Amino acid sequence: MSPTGPRGDRLLAVIGRWARTAGDLLSEYYQAPYRRAVAQARRDQDDLFMILVFSDLMGVPNPATYFTLELQPVLLERFHEWHTRMGMAHSPLEGLKCC
Amino acid sequence: MTAAVLVIVGLGAMLLGYRFYSKFIAEKIYRLDPGFRTPAHAMRDDVDYVPTNRIVLWGHHFTAVAGAAPIVGPAVAVIWGWGPAFLWVVLGTIFFSGVHDFGAIWASVRNRGQSIGALTGDVVSQRSRVVFMVVIFLLLLMVNAVFAVIMATELMGTPSSVIPVWSAIAVALVIGVLIYKMGVGILWPTVVGTIVLYAVIYLGEIVPITLPESFLGLGPGPQWILILFAYAAVASMLPVWLLLQPRDYINGIQLFIGLGLMFGTVLVANPTVVAPMLNTDVPAGTPPIFPLLFVTVACGAISGFHGLVGSGTTSKQLNKETDARFVGYLGSLGEGSLALVSIIAVSAGFASLAEWQGTYSAFGQGGLGAFVAGGSRIISDGSGLPLAFSATLLTVMAVLFAGTTMDASVRLQRYIVQEWGALYRIPLLTNGYVATGVAVAACLVLAFGAGGASGTGGMRIWPLFGTSNQLLAGLTLMVLSTMLVKLGRPSRYTLVPMIFVTGTAFLSALQQLWSLFVTGQYLLVVLDVLIIVAAVLVMLEAAGALMRERRARAASAATAVS
Repeated sequence: MSPTGPRGDRLLAVIGRWARTAGDLLSEYYQAPYRRAVAQARRDQDDLFMILVFSDLMGVPNPATYFTLELQPVLLERFHEWHTRMGMAHSPLEGLKCC
Repeated sequence: MTAAVLVIVGLGAMLLGYRFYSKFIAEKIYRLDPGFRTPAHAMRDDVDYVPTNRIVLWGHHFTAVAGAAPIVGPAVAVIWGWGPAFLWVVLGTIFFSGVHDFGAIWASVRNRGQSIGALTGDVVSQRSRVVFMVVIFLLLLMVNAVFAVIMATELMGTPSSVIPVWSAIAVALVIGVLIYKMGVGILWPTVVGTIVLYAVIYLGEIVPITLPESFLGLGPGPQWILILFAYAAVASMLPVWLLLQPRDYINGIQLFIGLGLMFGTVLVANPTVVAPMLNTDVPAGTPPIFPLLFVTVACGAISGFHGLVGSGTTSKQLNKETDARFVGYLGSLGEGSLALVSIIAVSAGFASLAEWQGTYSAFGQGGLGAFVAGGSRIISDGSGLPLAFSATLLTVMAVLFAGTTMDASVRLQRYIVQEWGALYRIPLLTNGYVATGVAVAACLVLAFGAGGASGTGGMRIWPLFGTSNQLLAGLTLMVLSTMLVKLGRPSRYTLVPMIFVTGTAFLSALQQLWSLFVTGQYLLVVLDVLIIVAAVLVMLEAAGALMRERRARAASAATAVS
């Protein structure tokens, strides 16, 4: 049994539930108006990261290729989404045929 | 007359408006359908289109539309006495603003969540869409210039507010980093951030900050204006999650705390209203009450800006169509209640009529300064907080509201400039830095150009700001009326407000044209002429669109009979 007793436990549980509801509402209030802007900012950052990963394929020397090479298959799906978003129906890279 | 009576009558009337008038509009005019699939469901993408709890949606709709403007407008307009401002705020909120805000959301929901700007093009005509863009640009320009001047005046007038105001930016940055980079839950940063924000007010009292009397030949006012625009330019370039989002959030919390504090202390202290109900002895140079009252109260009663928010973001998140009444109409009541608090602060917060007359010695002298002076006395009397602390508290709140509006509108202006760059094939303008530079430069020209080197032209621009804001509301009401005629429903509930707001905006612009010309304010004369042209175009477009719809309906009715 806890030092506060069963009644104390119940009270703590109720307070915890309220705090969670308040947190959820506040979090929704925080996120709702900015979902689009944040999603865009995130996409821009992801695009930059993708350029770094695939830079060697585009002829831009990248000292970190040894490390980023294994990320290429992981990013392949996103690469496909990127080139279609940029208005290119097929992959612009010779060695990278995602579709 | 005591202030508590004004609160009870004002809020009571607005609540009755919500209970009965908005119900009538919802059921008989907009005919909301609980079974209608809103864009939040039909086009759900979990980014823009997300069904949202109506209380949360109301919260951010209300805090997005409410800012410093509904405080400043009524606080200036009380120069004609509290009666006219009170009546226009209460009746304007019930019959104009509520229907307008609620309608903007409804119109957008019924049109795949499109914004009012796009709807103007679709429903009325492409020409009116161009007018719409021009009016928005003018509006943003004036908002930035006016708010920069107002904030500079407040920061000079209350040096103890300097540290708390700028600390709010630090608090926002910390919250932004905690939430996005460290994944901390929202509750604790909110509680701690709010406590820090109030604690630094004490620090501000101990270390008041004033700028040098003269720096490169500029007085403290212009120095602050330059600093504020430099800040706004940087802020509008920073990632939104880092500054704008947490700042908006903190402001929202502040708004609720501030409103609660003001209404609570008014009821406890119950001060006597010292301002005259109708001021028959207005200072020389005060413009006539008609039509200037309406554009001076501005956002306190009806504001076109609400339509932009309602149709831009709110409509895309509406869970059920019937929520539009709760979110839109009640959102405008929130704004009206802020205007009501402002009227009470500036008419009951002074010790005597003579003191009130001393503050309202000329048109444009009231404003935020009077709100802080009157409001802080009421807060101090009602809560026991020291007077100086209350004054700093209110100044900080008001400057934060104005600052966030400025952040957002510099950013919006940058988008418009970039859009123009793309439209007219000027690649240079599509660059973010260049576009921000152009936007800020335009605001600076207005802020300094209107008031000479002292950079205090803000209050001269205020009625012009009110005029363009009201014109924007007229455009939204025009879209609503055209939609209603198309649907064969009574359109007078939006048409009469449309004629009234556009008409008073037009008359105010004409009235101001002469006085600006006589005083040699040529830059403002040009702006005013633009507004007049826009107002005429709005009225012509509206008449054209309504006649067209009426004829089309009559023709189809005739075919049906034969």
